[in-house]
Amino acid sequence: MRQEATALPLRAEGLRFAAGGVEILHGLDFSLVAGAPTVILGPNGAGKSVLLRVLHGLLEPTGGTLRWSLPAEAAQRRQAMVFQRPVMLRRSVLANALYPLRLAGLPEAEAAARAALDRVGMAALADRPARKLSGGEQQRLALARAWALAPEILFLDEPTAALDPAATRQVEEIIGAIAASGTKVVMTTHHLGQARRLAGDVMLLLGGMLNAQGPAERFFAAPPTAEAAAFLRGDLVW
Amino acid sequence: MNDLGTAATLALGLIAEADATLAQIVGLSLRVSLIAVAIAAAVGLPLGALLAVARFPGRHAIVVALNALMGLPPVVAGLLIYLLLSRSGPLGHLGLLFTPTAMIIAQAVLIAPIIAALARQALEALWEEYAEQLRSFGAGTARAVPTLLWDGRFALLTVLLAGFGRASAEVGAVMVVGGNIEGFTRVMTTAIALETSKGDLPLALALGIVLMAVVLAVNALAQAVRELAARRGA
Repeated sequence: MRQEATALPLRAEGLRFAAGGVEILHGLDFSLVAGAPTVILGPNGAGKSVLLRVLHGLLEPTGGTLRWSLPAEAAQRRQAMVFQRPVMLRRSVLANALYPLRLAGLPEAEAAARAALDRVGMAALADRPARKLSGGEQQRLALARAWALAPEILFLDEPTAALDPAATRQVEEIIGAIAASGTKVVMTTHHLGQARRLAGDVMLLLGGMLNAQGPAERFFAAPPTAEAAAFLRGDLVW
Repeated sequence: MNDLGTAATLALGLIAEADATLAQIVGLSLRVSLIAVAIAAAVGLPLGALLAVARFPGRHAIVVALNALMGLPPVVAGLLIYLLLSRSGPLGHLGLLFTPTAMIIAQAVLIAPIIAALARQALEALWEEYAEQLRSFGAGTARAVPTLLWDGRFALLTVLLAGFGRASAEVGAVMVVGGNIEGFTRVMTTAIALETSKGDLPLALALGIVLMAVVLAVNALAQAVRELAARRGA
């Protein structure tokens, strides 16, 4: 699936999104480049999930520009997204992993699906009904299903929000492996420890505005704004 | 009371010895209703799925119309098909009036809206859950419809059973377009109506018992499907 031309870097200029007369994203300027995961931090309601959906093309921006390095449709085909609550098709684990591969018309779909399940340690569960899996297993299946597509960019919306610590660790390991395999991970979280463990760079979203952004190391060592410092201390920010 | 007791005994006797007339009537009833359900499903299921997935002008009106047609009185469905198939009607030259084929058509017309409306309800809930993920996979409407039909298979099976229950229990449509001709278009419901008015209670009662058994079996099957679905997490 990975060809010469890449969808990244992505440039967003004055990106806005409004729904029902309420503006949720107030003009964001940033760019996404290939490399280590970009973690979008921010309190609930900051617009993190909406931003991911706009980037992934599920929501149409109401202002500003979003420029991929490929035509929008080609860029779209090089992305995948895993949602906060994993959507499990009412089929077996293997059939879930196969579905997007068949849809994309990829050759050797079954081998690719089985390999993806193997990578997340779920090969033995291939014939189980997916909806009968535990929450952690469902999230791992959702990651395997997306990873099987070998996307250039993978959007993850709060991938561990509903998981216990053990499942969270497994999921973080998988995310790390996906990033190491060359996929650009763009994820939201409000879990600071997770951001420290996974992030290559950080964007802090507050009230629909980009408050701070930069390499993770510098962001955590010397927060660039007062709000970022307060957020890292665990103070309530608006 | 004595009459009723005698009639019940005779009815059970007819069932026990698989009386030829009884068997013929039951067989025709099942054949007509099963084929009608198959035709109604072929139209109603994809239509229901499309209405669950697609947003287009006029969709709301179609949904309202289907919901209204769920209450279509069987005799009215029969009357419409009668007008189409009667000798002076637009399809009169086919000579289908008062044949089992006409009865199948009438029942299919009666239950296709029911199947479509119930399928839309069942699949709309599923689509709410799936929509973003399928769009993320790049699936358009043409791919989403078969996906929903397959993933909603347990719910849709109970929809089909509801359609079959409605078809096998209705009397008005098959009476009007079938004519209740002995040995040819006489089905359980029309036979019960006729034999009761003639006073031949044993045959009416025997058919009534068989019809009740069919309805019970359909409901037991629907329950079993629901339990299987729960075990499979669907």
